[in-house]
Amino acid sequence: MKDHTLKLKLKVWRQASSKTLGRFVEYEASEVSTHSSFLEMIDQVNEGLIKKGEEPITFDHDCREGICGSCGFMINGEAHGPLKGTTVCQLHMRNFKDGETLTIEPWRAQAFPIIKDLMVDRSAFDRIIAKGGYISVDTGNAPDANSLPVPKPDADDAFMSAACIACGACVASCKNASAMLFVSAKVNHLSLLPQGGVERPERVHSMVAQMDAEGFGACTSTGSCSASCPKEISLSNIAKLNRELLFSALTRRQAPSGDGV
Amino acid sequence: MQSVDLNSVKSFRCPSNYFFTSVGKKLVMGISGLVWAGFVMGHMAGNMLMFISPGAYNSYGHALTSGGLIYVVETVLLTALSIHVFFAVWLTVDNRRARGSQGYALSQKGSKGASIASRTMAAQGSLILAFIIFHLITFKFGPVYETTVNGVQMRDLHRLMVEVFQQPGYFAWYVFCLVLLGVHLRHGISSIFQSLGVLNSNNQATFQKVGIVYAIVVSLGFLSQPISVFLSR
Ligand code: HEM
Ligand code: FES
Repeated sequence: MKDHTLKLKLKVWRQASSKTLGRFVEYEASEVSTHSSFLEMIDQVNEGLIKKGEEPITFDHDCREGICGSCGFMINGEAHGPLKGTTVCQLHMRNFKDGETLTIEPWRAQAFPIIKDLMVDRSAFDRIIAKGGYISVDTGNAPDANSLPVPKPDADDAFMSAACIACGACVASCKNASAMLFVSAKVNHLSLLPQGGVERPERVHSMVAQMDAEGFGACTSTGSCSASCPKEISLSNIAKLNRELLFSALTRRQAPSGDGV
Repeated sequence: MQSVDLNSVKSFRCPSNYFFTSVGKKLVMGISGLVWAGFVMGHMAGNMLMFISPGAYNSYGHALTSGGLIYVVETVLLTALSIHVFFAVWLTVDNRRARGSQGYALSQKGSKGASIASRTMAAQGSLILAFIIFHLITFKFGPVYETTVNGVQMRDLHRLMVEVFQQPGYFAWYVFCLVLLGVHLRHGISSIFQSLGVLNSNNQATFQKVGIVYAIVVSLGFLSQPISVFLSR
Protein backbone atom coordinates (compact mmCIF):
# COMPACT_ATOMS: atom_id res chain seq x y z
CA MET A 1 0.00 0.00 0.00
CA LYS A 2 1.21 3.49 -0.74
CA ASP A 3 2.46 5.32 2.27
CA HIS A 4 0.61 8.48 2.99
CA THR A 5 -0.08 10.67 5.95
CA LEU A 6 -3.22 12.12 7.45
CA LYS A 7 -4.09 15.41 8.98
CA LEU A 8 -6.79 15.11 11.64
CA LYS A 9 -8.64 17.34 14.04
CA LEU A 10 -8.97 15.83 17.50
CA LYS A 11 -11.44 16.85 20.17
CA VAL A 12 -10.06 15.24 23.30
CA TRP A 13 -11.62 15.14 26.76
CA ARG A 14 -9.20 16.72 29.21
CA GLN A 15 -9.82 16.40 32.92
CA ALA A 16 -7.10 16.94 35.50
CA SER A 17 -8.60 14.61 38.13
CA SER A 18 -11.83 13.03 39.34
CA LYS A 19 -12.36 16.11 41.50
CA THR A 20 -12.21 18.69 38.71
CA LEU A 21 -14.48 19.36 35.78
CA GLY A 22 -13.39 18.26 32.35
CA ARG A 23 -13.82 19.76 28.91
CA PHE A 24 -13.02 19.08 25.28
CA VAL A 25 -9.80 20.54 23.92
CA GLU A 26 -9.05 20.65 20.22
CA TYR A 27 -5.74 19.47 18.80
CA GLU A 28 -4.38 19.05 15.35
CA ALA A 29 -2.65 15.80 14.45
CA SER A 30 -0.61 16.16 11.28
CA GLU A 31 1.84 13.87 9.52
CA VAL A 32 -0.01 10.83 10.91
CA SER A 33 1.16 7.68 9.14
CA THR A 34 -1.69 5.45 8.00
CA HIS A 35 0.39 2.54 9.32
CA SER A 36 0.43 3.83 12.87
CA SER A 37 -2.01 2.69 15.50
CA PHE A 38 -4.47 5.01 17.18
CA LEU A 39 -2.35 5.06 20.33
CA GLU A 40 0.78 5.87 18.32
CA MET A 41 -1.09 8.77 16.80
CA ILE A 42 -1.84 10.08 20.31
CA ASP A 43 1.80 9.47 21.29
CA GLN A 44 2.75 11.73 18.41
CA VAL A 45 0.34 14.44 19.57
CA ASN A 46 1.72 14.07 23.10
CA GLU A 47 5.29 14.55 21.93
CA GLY A 48 4.21 17.82 20.40
CA LEU A 49 2.47 18.83 23.62
CA ILE A 50 5.54 17.98 25.71
CA LYS A 51 7.75 20.03 23.40
CA LYS A 52 5.43 22.98 23.90
CA GLY A 53 5.58 22.45 27.65
CA GLU A 54 1.95 21.36 27.87
CA GLU A 55 0.49 18.44 29.82
CA PRO A 56 0.31 15.31 27.59
CA ILE A 57 -2.98 13.43 27.17
CA THR A 58 -3.22 10.63 29.73
CA PHE A 59 -4.51 7.28 28.55
CA ASP A 60 -4.19 3.67 29.71
CA HIS A 61 -2.14 1.22 27.68
CA ASP A 62 0.26 -1.63 28.16
CA CYS A 63 0.69 -4.50 25.70
CA ARG A 64 -0.37 -2.61 22.59
CA GLU A 65 -1.23 -5.90 20.97
CA GLY A 66 -4.84 -6.31 22.00
CA ILE A 67 -4.38 -8.79 24.81
CA CYS A 68 -3.98 -6.95 28.10
CA GLY A 69 -7.20 -4.93 28.15
CA SER A 70 -5.56 -1.74 29.42
CA CYS A 71 -6.44 0.52 26.55
CA GLY A 72 -9.81 1.81 25.47
CA PHE A 73 -11.80 4.99 24.97
CA MET A 74 -14.61 6.24 22.79
CA ILE A 75 -13.85 7.48 19.29
CA ASN A 76 -16.77 9.38 17.78
CA GLY A 77 -19.12 7.71 20.25
CA GLU A 78 -17.92 4.20 19.59
CA ALA A 79 -15.98 2.09 22.06
CA HIS A 80 -12.55 1.28 20.60
CA GLY A 81 -13.51 3.15 17.45
CA PRO A 82 -15.45 2.22 14.34
CA LEU A 83 -13.93 -1.20 13.67
CA LYS A 84 -15.40 -4.38 15.15
CA GLY A 85 -13.30 -6.81 17.14
CA THR A 86 -10.46 -4.35 17.72
CA THR A 87 -8.89 -2.48 20.62
CA VAL A 88 -7.66 1.08 20.12
CA CYS A 89 -4.06 -0.16 20.35
CA GLN A 90 -4.73 -2.38 17.33
CA LEU A 91 -6.75 0.16 15.41
CA HIS A 92 -4.83 1.41 12.42
CA MET A 93 -5.03 5.00 11.28
CA ARG A 94 -5.74 3.82 7.74
CA ASN A 95 -9.32 3.36 8.93
CA PHE A 96 -9.71 7.12 9.07
CA LYS A 97 -9.97 9.72 6.37
CA ASP A 98 -7.74 12.73 5.85
CA GLY A 99 -9.23 15.85 7.40
CA GLU A 100 -11.61 13.94 9.67
CA THR A 101 -12.59 15.28 13.09
CA LEU A 102 -12.36 12.68 15.85
CA THR A 103 -14.04 13.12 19.21
CA ILE A 104 -12.18 11.16 21.87
CA GLU A 105 -13.81 10.55 25.24
CA PRO A 106 -13.08 8.32 28.22
CA TRP A 107 -15.33 5.40 29.19
CA ARG A 108 -18.21 6.93 31.10
CA ALA A 109 -20.06 5.07 33.84
CA GLN A 110 -20.85 5.72 37.46
CA ALA A 111 -18.73 2.69 38.42
CA PHE A 112 -15.74 3.87 36.31
CA PRO A 113 -14.72 7.24 37.77
CA ILE A 114 -12.30 9.23 35.63
CA ILE A 115 -8.77 9.33 37.00
CA LYS A 116 -7.37 11.70 34.42
CA ASP A 117 -8.23 12.60 30.82
CA LEU A 118 -8.97 9.29 29.08
CA MET A 119 -7.93 7.09 31.99
CA VAL A 120 -10.69 5.63 34.16
CA ASP A 121 -10.66 3.62 37.36
CA ARG A 122 -11.77 0.08 36.53
CA SER A 123 -11.00 -1.44 39.92
CA ALA A 124 -14.69 -2.33 40.22
CA PHE A 125 -13.86 -5.14 37.78
CA ASP A 126 -11.05 -6.32 40.06
CA ARG A 127 -13.41 -6.41 43.03
CA ILE A 128 -15.88 -8.52 41.04
CA ILE A 129 -13.08 -10.94 40.10
CA ALA A 130 -12.03 -11.07 43.74
CA LYS A 131 -15.48 -12.42 44.59
CA GLY A 132 -15.11 -15.61 42.60
CA GLY A 133 -13.29 -15.20 39.32
CA TYR A 134 -10.86 -17.95 40.26
CA ILE A 135 -10.81 -21.55 41.46
CA SER A 136 -10.05 -22.16 45.11
CA VAL A 137 -10.58 -25.92 45.39
CA ASP A 138 -7.63 -28.23 45.09
CA THR A 139 -7.53 -29.49 41.52
CA GLY A 140 -4.17 -31.20 41.66
CA ASN A 141 -1.51 -30.92 38.97
CA ALA A 142 -2.26 -30.27 35.34
CA PRO A 143 -3.94 -33.48 34.14
CA ASP A 144 -2.90 -35.36 31.03
CA ALA A 145 -4.56 -34.11 27.90
CA ASN A 146 -8.02 -35.62 27.40
CA SER A 147 -8.04 -37.35 30.78
CA LEU A 148 -10.83 -35.01 31.93
CA PRO A 149 -13.72 -35.26 29.51
CA VAL A 150 -15.07 -31.83 28.49
CA PRO A 151 -17.82 -31.70 25.87
CA LYS A 152 -16.65 -29.82 22.80
CA PRO A 153 -19.39 -27.17 22.92
CA ASP A 154 -18.53 -26.43 26.57
CA ALA A 155 -14.84 -26.20 25.77
CA ASP A 156 -15.64 -23.82 22.90
CA ASP A 157 -17.90 -21.65 25.03
CA ALA A 158 -15.41 -21.54 27.90
CA PHE A 159 -12.67 -20.59 25.49
CA MET A 160 -14.79 -17.91 23.88
CA SER A 161 -15.50 -16.47 27.35
CA ALA A 162 -11.87 -16.69 28.39
CA ALA A 163 -11.02 -14.31 25.55
CA CYS A 164 -12.41 -11.41 27.61
CA ILE A 165 -9.63 -8.92 28.37
CA ALA A 166 -11.72 -6.90 30.84
CA CYS A 167 -11.19 -3.64 28.96
CA GLY A 168 -14.59 -2.25 29.97
CA ALA A 169 -15.90 -1.48 26.47
CA CYS A 170 -19.10 -3.39 27.29
CA VAL A 171 -19.85 -1.11 30.22
CA ALA A 172 -18.84 2.00 28.31
CA SER A 173 -21.04 1.24 25.32
CA CYS A 174 -24.10 0.03 27.24
CA LYS A 175 -26.85 2.57 27.74
CA ASN A 176 -27.24 1.14 31.25
CA ALA A 177 -23.51 0.89 31.97
CA SER A 178 -24.12 -2.78 32.60
CA ALA A 179 -21.19 -5.08 33.33
CA MET A 180 -23.23 -8.13 32.42
CA LEU A 181 -21.12 -9.18 29.41
CA PHE A 182 -17.92 -8.97 31.45
CA VAL A 183 -19.36 -10.91 34.39
CA SER A 184 -20.96 -13.49 32.11
CA ALA A 185 -17.61 -14.06 30.41
CA LYS A 186 -15.80 -14.51 33.71
CA VAL A 187 -18.48 -16.80 35.14
CA ASN A 188 -18.85 -18.99 32.06
CA HIS A 189 -15.14 -19.22 31.47
CA LEU A 190 -14.73 -21.11 34.76
CA SER A 191 -18.11 -22.70 35.39
CA LEU A 192 -18.22 -24.72 32.20
CA LEU A 193 -15.02 -26.57 32.99
CA PRO A 194 -14.66 -29.44 35.49
CA GLN A 195 -12.30 -27.63 37.85
CA GLY A 196 -14.40 -24.50 37.94
CA GLY A 197 -17.65 -26.44 38.14
CA VAL A 198 -17.12 -27.27 41.81
CA GLU A 199 -17.80 -23.72 42.99
CA ARG A 200 -20.30 -23.01 40.26
CA PRO A 201 -23.38 -21.89 42.27
CA GLU A 202 -21.39 -19.80 44.75
CA ARG A 203 -19.31 -18.13 42.08
CA VAL A 204 -22.16 -16.65 40.05
CA HIS A 205 -23.97 -15.60 43.19
CA SER A 206 -21.03 -13.72 44.67
CA MET A 207 -19.92 -12.12 41.43
CA VAL A 208 -23.41 -10.88 40.55
CA ALA A 209 -23.87 -9.54 44.08
CA GLN A 210 -20.61 -7.61 43.78
CA MET A 211 -21.54 -6.38 40.29
CA ASP A 212 -24.75 -4.94 41.68
CA ALA A 213 -22.99 -3.47 44.70
CA GLU A 214 -20.55 -1.65 42.40
CA GLY A 215 -23.46 0.19 40.79
CA PHE A 216 -23.44 -1.29 37.31
CA GLY A 217 -26.79 -1.31 35.51
CA ALA A 218 -28.95 -4.21 34.35
CA CYS A 219 -29.12 -5.70 30.86
CA THR A 220 -31.69 -4.43 28.37
CA SER A 221 -30.43 -6.74 25.62
CA THR A 222 -29.56 -3.86 23.33
CA GLY A 223 -26.49 -5.77 22.13
CA SER A 224 -24.16 -2.76 22.14
CA CYS A 225 -21.79 -4.55 24.51
CA SER A 226 -21.22 -7.51 22.25
CA ALA A 227 -20.98 -5.29 19.16
CA SER A 228 -18.33 -3.16 20.88
CA CYS A 229 -16.41 -6.03 22.44
CA PRO A 230 -12.90 -6.27 20.96
CA LYS A 231 -13.08 -10.02 21.56
CA GLU A 232 -16.62 -10.22 20.10
CA ILE A 233 -18.04 -12.10 23.06
CA SER A 234 -21.55 -13.22 22.26
CA LEU A 235 -24.64 -11.65 23.78
CA SER A 236 -25.91 -15.16 24.46
CA ASN A 237 -23.26 -15.38 27.17
CA ILE A 238 -25.52 -13.16 29.26
CA ALA A 239 -28.39 -15.61 28.83
CA LYS A 240 -26.05 -18.24 30.20
CA LEU A 241 -25.27 -16.01 33.17
CA ASN A 242 -28.99 -15.55 33.81
CA ARG A 243 -29.46 -19.31 33.73
CA GLU A 244 -26.53 -19.85 36.09
CA LEU A 245 -27.87 -17.39 38.61
CA LEU A 246 -31.37 -18.89 38.57
CA PHE A 247 -29.85 -22.33 39.01
CA SER A 248 -27.68 -20.99 41.82
CA ALA A 249 -30.64 -19.38 43.60
CA LEU A 250 -32.48 -22.70 43.50
CA THR A 251 -29.64 -25.03 44.42
CA ARG A 252 -27.00 -23.05 46.26
CA ARG A 253 -26.28 -24.33 49.73
CA GLN A 254 -26.28 -21.75 52.47
CA ALA A 255 -22.92 -20.70 53.77
CA PRO A 256 -21.47 -23.30 56.09
CA SER A 257 -22.25 -22.44 59.71
CA GLY A 258 -19.57 -20.99 61.92
CA ASP A 259 -18.06 -18.67 59.34
CA GLY A 260 -19.37 -15.53 60.84
CA VAL A 261 -22.63 -14.56 59.22
CA MET B 1 -6.22 -19.99 49.96
CA GLN B 2 -9.40 -18.08 50.57
CA SER B 3 -12.50 -19.76 49.23
CA VAL B 4 -15.17 -17.97 47.21
CA ASP B 5 -16.70 -15.55 49.67
CA LEU B 6 -20.25 -16.64 50.32
CA ASN B 7 -21.10 -14.00 52.84
CA SER B 8 -19.83 -11.00 51.01
CA VAL B 9 -23.22 -9.48 50.42
CA LYS B 10 -25.60 -10.40 53.18
CA SER B 11 -28.73 -9.07 51.55
CA PHE B 12 -28.50 -11.75 48.92
CA ARG B 13 -28.30 -14.77 51.23
CA CYS B 14 -31.92 -15.79 50.90
CA PRO B 15 -32.81 -17.27 47.50
CA SER B 16 -35.87 -15.02 47.25
CA ASN B 17 -33.53 -12.04 47.10
CA TYR B 18 -32.65 -13.37 43.70
CA PHE B 19 -35.56 -11.30 42.37
CA PHE B 20 -33.89 -8.14 43.56
CA THR B 21 -30.63 -8.67 41.71
CA SER B 22 -30.15 -6.97 38.37
CA VAL B 23 -30.52 -10.41 36.77
CA GLY B 24 -33.60 -11.46 38.75
CA LYS B 25 -35.40 -8.17 38.10
CA LYS B 26 -35.11 -8.86 34.41
CA LEU B 27 -36.68 -12.27 34.86
CA VAL B 28 -39.60 -10.62 36.63
CA MET B 29 -39.92 -8.12 33.75
CA GLY B 30 -39.80 -10.99 31.29
CA ILE B 31 -42.43 -13.16 32.96
CA SER B 32 -44.84 -10.29 33.59
CA GLY B 33 -44.27 -9.12 30.01
CA LEU B 34 -44.91 -12.63 28.77
CA VAL B 35 -48.30 -12.71 30.52
CA TRP B 36 -49.31 -9.56 28.66
CA ALA B 37 -47.75 -10.70 25.42
CA GLY B 38 -49.93 -13.80 25.62
CA PHE B 39 -52.97 -11.71 26.46
CA VAL B 40 -52.55 -9.27 23.56
CA MET B 41 -52.26 -12.18 21.13
CA GLY B 42 -55.47 -13.74 22.48
CA HIS B 43 -57.26 -10.39 22.62
CA MET B 44 -56.31 -9.64 19.04
CA ALA B 45 -57.41 -13.07 17.82
CA GLY B 46 -60.75 -12.88 19.67
CA ASN B 47 -61.51 -9.43 18.27
CA MET B 48 -61.18 -10.85 14.77
CA LEU B 49 -64.76 -12.06 15.28
CA MET B 50 -65.81 -8.53 14.30
CA PHE B 51 -65.09 -9.60 10.73
CA ILE B 52 -67.60 -12.49 11.08
CA SER B 53 -70.58 -10.52 12.36
CA PRO B 54 -71.56 -7.99 15.05
CA GLY B 55 -73.52 -10.80 16.71
CA ALA B 56 -70.52 -13.11 16.89
CA TYR B 57 -68.39 -10.30 18.31
CA ASN B 58 -70.95 -9.37 20.95
CA SER B 59 -71.65 -12.98 21.95
CA TYR B 60 -67.91 -13.52 22.40
CA GLY B 61 -67.64 -10.46 24.62
CA HIS B 62 -70.70 -11.55 26.55
CA ALA B 63 -69.35 -15.06 27.08
CA LEU B 64 -66.05 -13.71 28.32
CA THR B 65 -67.53 -11.29 30.82
CA SER B 66 -70.42 -13.35 32.18
CA GLY B 67 -68.49 -16.20 33.81
CA GLY B 68 -66.47 -15.95 36.99
CA LEU B 69 -63.28 -16.57 35.06
CA ILE B 70 -63.08 -12.94 34.03
CA TYR B 71 -62.22 -11.95 37.60
CA VAL B 72 -59.36 -14.43 37.70
CA VAL B 73 -58.03 -13.21 34.37
CA GLU B 74 -58.39 -9.56 35.35
CA THR B 75 -56.57 -10.18 38.61
CA VAL B 76 -53.69 -11.94 36.86
CA LEU B 77 -53.43 -9.18 34.24
CA LEU B 78 -53.59 -6.36 36.74
CA THR B 79 -51.00 -8.02 38.96
CA ALA B 80 -48.68 -8.73 36.04
CA LEU B 81 -49.01 -5.15 34.77
CA SER B 82 -48.38 -3.64 38.19
CA ILE B 83 -45.29 -5.77 38.63
CA HIS B 84 -44.08 -5.02 35.10
CA VAL B 85 -44.47 -1.28 35.59
CA PHE B 86 -42.98 -1.31 39.09
CA PHE B 87 -39.89 -3.20 37.95
CA ALA B 88 -39.66 -1.13 34.77
CA VAL B 89 -39.45 2.05 36.82
CA TRP B 90 -37.00 0.45 39.25
CA LEU B 91 -34.71 -0.85 36.49
CA THR B 92 -34.87 2.37 34.53
CA VAL B 93 -33.93 4.45 37.57
CA ASP B 94 -31.08 2.05 38.45
CA ASN B 95 -29.82 1.98 34.88
CA ARG B 96 -29.83 5.75 34.50
CA ARG B 97 -27.93 6.08 37.77
CA ALA B 98 -25.39 3.51 36.58
CA ARG B 99 -24.83 5.45 33.38
CA GLY B 100 -24.06 8.61 35.35
CA SER B 101 -24.88 12.21 34.75
CA GLN B 102 -22.15 12.93 32.21
CA GLY B 103 -23.27 11.63 28.85
CA TYR B 104 -21.19 11.10 25.74
CA ALA B 105 -20.77 14.00 23.33
CA LEU B 106 -21.50 11.68 20.42
CA SER B 107 -23.75 8.65 20.55
CA GLN B 108 -23.08 5.27 18.99
CA LYS B 109 -24.07 4.68 15.45
CA GLY B 110 -23.59 2.02 12.84
CA SER B 111 -23.02 -1.57 13.78
CA LYS B 112 -21.99 -0.79 17.34
CA GLY B 113 -25.16 1.13 18.14
CA ALA B 114 -28.36 -0.21 19.68
CA SER B 115 -31.71 -0.33 17.90
CA ILE B 116 -34.19 2.45 18.63
CA ALA B 117 -36.68 -0.18 19.81
CA SER B 118 -34.28 -1.40 22.50
CA ARG B 119 -33.25 2.08 23.60
CA THR B 120 -36.74 3.44 24.10
CA MET B 121 -38.50 0.62 25.98
CA ALA B 122 -39.33 2.89 28.93
CA ALA B 123 -40.89 5.59 26.75
CA GLN B 124 -42.86 3.02 24.76
CA GLY B 125 -44.02 1.38 27.98
CA SER B 126 -45.20 4.68 29.47
CA LEU B 127 -47.29 5.39 26.38
CA ILE B 128 -48.67 1.84 26.40
CA LEU B 129 -49.67 2.29 30.05
CA ALA B 130 -51.50 5.50 29.15
CA PHE B 131 -53.12 3.67 26.28
CA ILE B 132 -54.31 0.79 28.48
CA ILE B 133 -55.92 3.22 30.93
CA PHE B 134 -57.69 5.23 28.20
CA HIS B 135 -58.66 2.04 26.43
CA LEU B 136 -60.39 0.74 29.56
CA ILE B 137 -62.15 4.07 30.08
CA THR B 138 -63.33 4.05 26.45
CA PHE B 139 -64.59 0.49 26.30
CA LYS B 140 -64.89 -1.31 29.63
CA PHE B 141 -66.19 1.75 31.45
CA GLY B 142 -67.64 3.41 28.35
CA PRO B 143 -71.28 3.83 27.31
CA VAL B 144 -73.39 0.69 27.67
CA TYR B 145 -75.51 -0.01 24.59
CA GLU B 146 -77.85 -2.98 24.72
CA THR B 147 -78.54 -5.52 22.01
CA THR B 148 -80.12 -8.95 21.75
CA VAL B 149 -78.36 -11.84 20.06
CA ASN B 150 -80.31 -15.11 19.70
CA GLY B 151 -82.73 -13.97 22.39
CA VAL B 152 -80.00 -13.14 24.91
CA GLN B 153 -79.68 -9.55 26.04
CA MET B 154 -76.11 -8.32 26.11
CA ARG B 155 -73.88 -5.28 25.75
CA ASP B 156 -73.51 -3.99 22.18
CA LEU B 157 -69.73 -3.58 22.19
CA HIS B 158 -69.63 -3.79 18.42
CA ARG B 159 -71.64 -0.57 18.08
CA LEU B 160 -69.39 1.18 20.59
CA MET B 161 -66.28 -0.01 18.77
CA VAL B 162 -67.56 1.21 15.41
CA GLU B 163 -68.51 4.60 16.88
CA VAL B 164 -65.07 5.00 18.45
CA PHE B 165 -62.99 3.96 15.46
CA GLN B 166 -64.96 6.19 13.08
CA GLN B 167 -63.59 9.24 14.87
CA PRO B 168 -60.29 10.36 13.29
CA GLY B 169 -58.75 11.33 16.65
CA TYR B 170 -59.39 7.94 18.26
CA PHE B 171 -58.42 6.17 15.07
CA ALA B 172 -55.04 7.93 14.85
CA TRP B 173 -54.32 7.33 18.54
CA TYR B 174 -55.07 3.62 18.18
CA VAL B 175 -52.92 3.26 15.09
CA PHE B 176 -50.06 5.03 16.85
CA CYS B 177 -50.32 2.94 20.00
CA LEU B 178 -50.67 -0.36 18.17
CA VAL B 179 -47.52 0.34 16.19
CA LEU B 180 -45.85 1.20 19.49
CA LEU B 181 -47.04 -2.08 20.98
CA GLY B 182 -45.46 -3.83 18.02
CA VAL B 183 -42.16 -2.06 18.65
CA HIS B 184 -42.28 -2.95 22.36
CA LEU B 185 -42.99 -6.57 21.53
CA ARG B 186 -40.35 -6.67 18.82
CA HIS B 187 -37.61 -6.00 21.34
CA GLY B 188 -39.41 -7.46 24.35
CA ILE B 189 -40.14 -10.92 22.98
CA SER B 190 -36.57 -11.49 21.80
CA SER B 191 -35.31 -10.12 25.10
CA ILE B 192 -37.44 -12.53 27.14
CA PHE B 193 -35.44 -15.48 25.86
CA GLN B 194 -32.32 -13.73 27.04
CA SER B 195 -33.81 -12.97 30.47
CA LEU B 196 -35.14 -16.49 30.88
CA GLY B 197 -31.72 -17.82 29.95
CA VAL B 198 -32.85 -20.06 27.11
CA LEU B 199 -30.82 -18.24 24.48
CA ASN B 200 -27.59 -19.70 23.16
CA SER B 201 -25.38 -18.88 20.22
CA ASN B 202 -27.20 -21.42 18.04
CA ASN B 203 -30.78 -20.31 18.61
CA GLN B 204 -30.08 -16.56 19.01
CA ALA B 205 -31.02 -15.72 15.43
CA THR B 206 -34.18 -17.82 15.64
CA PHE B 207 -35.39 -16.03 18.77
CA GLN B 208 -34.74 -12.67 17.11
CA LYS B 209 -37.07 -13.79 14.32
CA VAL B 210 -39.67 -15.05 16.79
CA GLY B 211 -39.75 -11.54 18.27
CA ILE B 212 -40.22 -9.93 14.88
CA VAL B 213 -42.95 -12.34 13.74
CA TYR B 214 -44.83 -12.14 17.04
CA ALA B 215 -44.76 -8.34 16.99
CA ILE B 216 -45.92 -8.16 13.38
CA VAL B 217 -48.78 -10.63 13.90
CA VAL B 218 -50.09 -8.84 17.01
CA SER B 219 -49.60 -5.35 15.66
CA LEU B 220 -50.99 -5.90 12.15
CA GLY B 221 -53.78 -8.11 13.47
CA PHE B 222 -54.97 -5.41 15.84
CA LEU B 223 -54.43 -2.64 13.27
CA SER B 224 -56.71 -4.38 10.76
CA GLN B 225 -59.64 -3.78 13.10
CA PRO B 226 -59.71 0.03 13.47
CA ILE B 227 -58.51 0.42 9.88
CA SER B 228 -61.39 -1.59 8.44
CA VAL B 229 -63.91 0.36 10.53
CA PHE B 230 -62.40 3.71 9.63
CA LEU B 231 -62.21 2.96 5.91
CA SER B 232 -65.85 1.85 5.74
CA ARG B 233 -67.13 5.07 7.31
C1 HEM C 1 -49.32 -4.88 26.63
C2 HEM C 1 -48.48 -4.47 27.50
C3 HEM C 1 -47.03 -4.87 27.59
C4 HEM C 1 -46.37 -5.96 27.10
C5 HEM C 1 -46.93 -7.10 26.28
C6 HEM C 1 -44.99 -5.83 27.49
C7 HEM C 1 -44.01 -6.73 27.20
C8 HEM C 1 -42.69 -6.59 27.54
C9 HEM C 1 -41.69 -7.60 27.36
C10 HEM C 1 -41.93 -8.96 26.78
C11 HEM C 1 -40.51 -7.09 27.80
C12 HEM C 1 -39.15 -7.76 27.79
C13 HEM C 1 -38.76 -8.24 29.15
C14 HEM C 1 -37.38 -8.83 29.17
O1 HEM C 1 -36.46 -8.24 28.59
O2 HEM C 1 -37.21 -9.87 29.77
C15 HEM C 1 -40.76 -5.76 28.23
C16 HEM C 1 -39.78 -4.91 28.70
C17 HEM C 1 -40.05 -3.65 29.17
N1 HEM C 1 -41.29 -3.08 29.38
FE1 HEM C 1 -43.05 -3.88 28.77
N2 HEM C 1 -44.82 -4.67 28.19
C18 HEM C 1 -46.05 -4.06 28.28
C19 HEM C 1 -46.33 -2.88 28.94
C20 HEM C 1 -45.39 -2.07 29.53
C21 HEM C 1 -45.68 -0.92 30.33
C22 HEM C 1 -47.07 -0.42 30.64
C23 HEM C 1 -44.46 -0.40 30.71
C24 HEM C 1 -44.10 0.81 31.56
C25 HEM C 1 -44.80 1.71 32.02
C26 HEM C 1 -43.43 -1.21 30.16
C27 HEM C 1 -42.09 -0.97 30.29
C28 HEM C 1 -41.10 -1.82 29.91
C29 HEM C 1 -39.69 -1.57 30.03
C30 HEM C 1 -39.05 -0.30 30.57
C31 HEM C 1 -39.03 -2.72 29.57
C32 HEM C 1 -37.53 -2.91 29.47
C33 HEM C 1 -36.98 -3.36 30.77
C34 HEM C 1 -35.51 -3.64 30.67
O3 HEM C 1 -35.11 -4.33 29.74
O4 HEM C 1 -34.76 -3.18 31.52
N3 HEM C 1 -44.02 -2.24 29.46
N4 HEM C 1 -42.10 -5.48 28.09
S1 FES D 1 -2.85 -1.92 25.23
FE1 FES D 1 -3.18 -4.01 25.78
S2 FES D 1 -5.09 -4.35 24.83
FE2 FES D 1 -4.62 -2.39 24.09
